[in-house]
Amino acid sequence: MMTASQTVKRRRSIRRGPGYITGSILIYLVVILSALVCLLPFVHVFAKSISSEALVAARQIILIPHGITLGAYRKIVADASILQAMNVSILMTFVFTALGLALTLLAAYPLSRSYMRGRRTFSFLIMFTYYFAAGIIPDYLLVARLGLLENFWGLVLPLAFSPWNLLIMKTSLKTAFPESLEESARIDGASYFRILWRIVIPLSLPILTTIALFLAVGRWNAYQDALFYIKQRTDLRPIQLKLYYLVIQATESFQSSESVVTVQTNPDVLKSACVMFATLPIVCVYPFVQKYFVQGIMIGAVKG
Amino acid sequence: MRVSSLPVIQKNLSRKRPSGRSIRSYWELYVMLLIPMLFLFVFKYGSYFGLATAFENYKILKGVFGSEWVWFDNFIKVFGHRRFGDALRNTVLLNVLDLVFSFPMPIILALLLNEIRQKSVKRVTQTMLYLPHFLSWVIVGAIAYQLFTYGSGVVNDIIERMGGDRVPFLQEDTLWLVSYVLIGVWQSMGWGTIIYLAAITSINPELYEAAVVDGANRWKQCLNVTLPSIKPTMVTLFIMRLGQLMGGSFERVIALKNVATNEFTYTIPVMVYDMGLQSGTSKIAQATALGLFQSVIGVLLVIGADYFVKSLGEDGLL
Repeated sequence: MMTASQTVKRRRSIRRGPGYITGSILIYLVVILSALVCLLPFVHVFAKSISSEALVAARQIILIPHGITLGAYRKIVADASILQAMNVSILMTFVFTALGLALTLLAAYPLSRSYMRGRRTFSFLIMFTYYFAAGIIPDYLLVARLGLLENFWGLVLPLAFSPWNLLIMKTSLKTAFPESLEESARIDGASYFRILWRIVIPLSLPILTTIALFLAVGRWNAYQDALFYIKQRTDLRPIQLKLYYLVIQATESFQSSESVVTVQTNPDVLKSACVMFATLPIVCVYPFVQKYFVQGIMIGAVKG
Repeated sequence: MRVSSLPVIQKNLSRKRPSGRSIRSYWELYVMLLIPMLFLFVFKYGSYFGLATAFENYKILKGVFGSEWVWFDNFIKVFGHRRFGDALRNTVLLNVLDLVFSFPMPIILALLLNEIRQKSVKRVTQTMLYLPHFLSWVIVGAIAYQLFTYGSGVVNDIIERMGGDRVPFLQEDTLWLVSYVLIGVWQSMGWGTIIYLAAITSINPELYEAAVVDGANRWKQCLNVTLPSIKPTMVTLFIMRLGQLMGGSFERVIALKNVATNEFTYTIPVMVYDMGLQSGTSKIAQATALGLFQSVIGVLLVIGADYFVKSLGEDGLL
């Protein structure tokens, strides 16, 4: 089999004429260009964020920073409300991820066992909510009813249990922890809770990492619910919502430690720095954890 | 001995529940399930009670259970709203355009990526291509404004330097629509390739060998082997996208809209938000009705597409 495909490859390469080479060049060109289109906007914003305000105002900065300064970042760090929003985001993401992970695991393990009575009914009840959403207003009324408006937990509890993540986890557990293995643990007298803690978790660390990353990135980036539920308590705004008011709506100004924002302050530099500041946690971690995301997507694709 | 016991084991694994396990022996599994199900019932099914307001003359003080039942009055009112037509048109327009342009891009990119043999080039380009997926819509919106605003966007600076006129990419109605769609393509094209690349790697290499023997070049192989092999994946993803035809991302629209354009930014989710949460409580019931309309259409679209695809002989989704 291996040798067969190798001979094919060799045969393919022998038959390549000039048309093949032109084709290859075109393919590389299109792929590399697409990749650059994805990266360059980011490089531009980064370059702006560390360049001197005068040069940015004069539109001299395209991809390479000039007159490098961290002034904009210093202003951000001096803005207590941005730091507070960052704190809220970090705490919210941690609590949400931990809770979501626990809930997903607790549901996925029982539902991945083929002998469990009623698992189809439970699965249906869960997936039904995935396809049929109640909508913005009923969600809002519920959160209000539970007293979670203007409340940190309003950003954590409602979305913590996600049917989609459950589906991925369940699919993966069927192969990661086969029932024959479970059987032998049972014969040794282990309780199901012990099995979950001692065998299922260690065996499914890769998929648990994947789910944790899905949860964390999703929570970090979402701001719709915060926009709905956090109106008065500005100290509870996550960083994305803060950015929404600051950069997109521009209804708020930067609060610097100086009493008045000086005339020379170029909002573009500050906005760029803000964007970088809020994305940094993801961009730093992302190249290293990319494979876990890809894995999760592929498991999810098995059942669709 | 080994040979004779094999069928028995297989039978046990595939068909029958292992006879030794009664519910009493695995009751712990139900206890585990209890907590997630509690969350499900409180936060997901709890929301469904709120749907009742769509059929009520909802008064905050009387609550969901005390308000007067008015059947379809709210639906009639909201469908007759002067901006309902706009919202419906915009929702369908934005989502259809998004589907038309965002759906094929990952397929094309995946086919191209598959032809790249150098591992390092492939890995680096993939990492770059996935990046936009990890940015929130607020960030994407902020970056878009840094690039495309009429006054100070860098793309406009470059256009001007090359002797062209500045273009109001985000500040004119039709151009906004184009930008909205292209930004969506930009954000999703790389990430979308993952599923297709996975599907491509699972294609039987013998199919390619046979194609080569028949004299198929790279283009023909792609057309006659790769594309038919990933068709089921394409169909599944297409059905899932169809379900969103009536929804679409609220976050995306509000991150990209601005005061200069409102022709195409008024979609159903935006209308629900405006009616229900932005203008007091008098229209909450109508907003709920509108949201329910949206959800029901979404479910019907998924079921319909699934039925249609199955009738064509493909594997469905449900």
